[in-house]
Amino acid sequence: MDNLNNLMQGFADVMDPMNLLLALIGVLVGTAVGVLPGIGPAMTVALLLPITYGMEPVQAFIMFAGIFYGGMYGGSTTSILLNTPGESSSVVTAIEGNKMAKAGRAAQALATAAIGSFVAGTIGTLLLVLVTPIVVEFAVSLGAPDYFALMLLSFIAVTSVLGSSRVRGLVSLLLGLTIGLVGIDAVSGQQRLTLGIPQLADGIDVVVVAVGIFAVGEALWVAAHLRRRPAEIIPVGRPWMGKKDWKRSWKPWLRGTAYGFPFGALPAGGAEIPTFLSYATEKRLTKHPEEFGKGAIEGVAGPEAANNASAAGTLVPMLALGLPTNATAAVMLAAFQSYGIQPGPLLFEREASLVWVLIASLFVGNLLLLLLNLPLAPAWAKLLRIPRPYLYAGILFFASMGAYAVNAQPLDLFVLLALGLLGFAMRRFGLPVLPLIVGVILGPRAELQGRRSLQLSGGELSGLMGGPVSYAVYTAILLVLAWPLIRRFVVRPLRERSA
Amino acid sequence: MSSELNERTVEDARPPGAGDRAQYGVCAFLALLGTAVIVDGFGIAQVTSSTDPVGPRAVPLFLGVLLLVVAVLYALDVARGGHGEPEAGEDVDLSTGSDWRTVLTLIAAFVVNAVLIEPLGWVISGTLLFWGTAFALGNRHYVRNLLIAVTLSLTTFYAFAIGLGVNLPAGVLQGIL
Repeated sequence: MDNLNNLMQGFADVMDPMNLLLALIGVLVGTAVGVLPGIGPAMTVALLLPITYGMEPVQAFIMFAGIFYGGMYGGSTTSILLNTPGESSSVVTAIEGNKMAKAGRAAQALATAAIGSFVAGTIGTLLLVLVTPIVVEFAVSLGAPDYFALMLLSFIAVTSVLGSSRVRGLVSLLLGLTIGLVGIDAVSGQQRLTLGIPQLADGIDVVVVAVGIFAVGEALWVAAHLRRRPAEIIPVGRPWMGKKDWKRSWKPWLRGTAYGFPFGALPAGGAEIPTFLSYATEKRLTKHPEEFGKGAIEGVAGPEAANNASAAGTLVPMLALGLPTNATAAVMLAAFQSYGIQPGPLLFEREASLVWVLIASLFVGNLLLLLLNLPLAPAWAKLLRIPRPYLYAGILFFASMGAYAVNAQPLDLFVLLALGLLGFAMRRFGLPVLPLIVGVILGPRAELQGRRSLQLSGGELSGLMGGPVSYAVYTAILLVLAWPLIRRFVVRPLRERSA
Repeated sequence: MSSELNERTVEDARPPGAGDRAQYGVCAFLALLGTAVIVDGFGIAQVTSSTDPVGPRAVPLFLGVLLLVVAVLYALDVARGGHGEPEAGEDVDLSTGSDWRTVLTLIAAFVVNAVLIEPLGWVISGTLLFWGTAFALGNRHYVRNLLIAVTLSLTTFYAFAIGLGVNLPAGVLQGIL
């Protein structure tokens, strides 16, 4: 009941008119930026981070919650109307969503996405309220070796579970770890990879890395391959759904939520797997199998709900353990750190009011999103027509502003450019971006926990084996690593035998 | 680092895909980076204590070796015909080669901003940045773009630097804005 009181207090804080206004601005700006083609939710959050630099943490987090859900919703609008998902998690939404739009049912596709996101986001945030304190209770008992093991699991998971090529995931992770190494070693005070440049002693700010890789990298990449004719955009009226659409949507929403949240909450989760699972399930259960592939509403409702529930789920490991499992959570974590707040089990003791304000704002932001976006959808659709030179000039403009604002040093702009070129090269060679971001954020912390574990054992490697938790995590790591072998020698023969 | 990345991608004009030999450039880059990390690692004073038996050197050296190993693994993958899919997108047309002129002009506009932001201030350097990047991307409405750029810079300066307390320099316009 204590948590309930905290949450009520959080709501009371958000309901202040000034804070409500900030939440509203967050949702509006988040959606507006998220709708812009080429800008996924993570980039939206990274680009808009500087807006909050001058604010108090409470205000900043209220706005952030709005930006978070706004960016997600904006992304699904783009994928439905343009068939071009901003992030891998909305790939599935685009499959049926764009077909629906082409068949003249854009209004229904947007409506089921918006209402489904609302349902899934609300249930997901409720689950977050229920689950996070339990995870925190468990996490308080974890020692340095357990954290080290969990971070290793995150590294392995982002490099090999997601994405198609392990070696490319590993390349990206190592690049991230190397960037994370730059700066003064927190334990011994020695400079590492700073090249004697004093401004690099504090390391490269994660926000600069995120903006460089996502925003500048994307702008340069698109500039090199800019399509000279405008993409085809489907005009849309106000989203609405008929009785039949509601009947076909509500079950997929709930099933999608059931897939999305647990996957998001796992330290090795993500939104790709649950959205695909949801799509496959809806395809199997539907009474209109002939519509799949031609624009079936279930195929939008389910994956979109799974995507949003998974986003709420990722906040569990992010808040309770300080482990980000998707790009958006990684940028959010960077935002926390820029306020000197370290997510993890102690967050709920030290910054309890802040956390509950954030959670309350997630509920409020989600509701605002639904109320605003149903009437505003035609206006958002117009944003898709923004001339491309202005769009990418604007991205570079805001990226430079944000990166400079972090430390007020021009050197950061050159670092930003170098990272943008790296982001360009990664897009060119098909290297995934997420492992790099996770490496930059978790690398230094994994090193710290690893060294702390070895301190207890006097330098013996056995110090890395903590308690039962670390055994379990290492087993999980082994399973993930051995999965291709398992699939080849166990799963496939079994399947062939049964076939 | 930036120039190296450029050269590496410049040499590739063919449509990417199988037999994409430019990938060996990535391997070379990784090997170089690994070597640099190791060399830098040996330059770090090895300070250990009872509270930190590992010291600051171990992780960089380990990471450097890993980079070298991955460079080799990557090269093996490429030799066996492995290739990554270039990222697609709504505004991306992969059927033609890369447009290096646009990219280089963009970079130039970007560098101009980085160099001028402190002496001239954000309002001027930001205007140049927006105008320059819009030009680089092929927009030829010079006057209209200038108006948009000035409006955008002034708005962001007043809204963020003065309104929200974000760090943006006023530069030569200090006292006027």
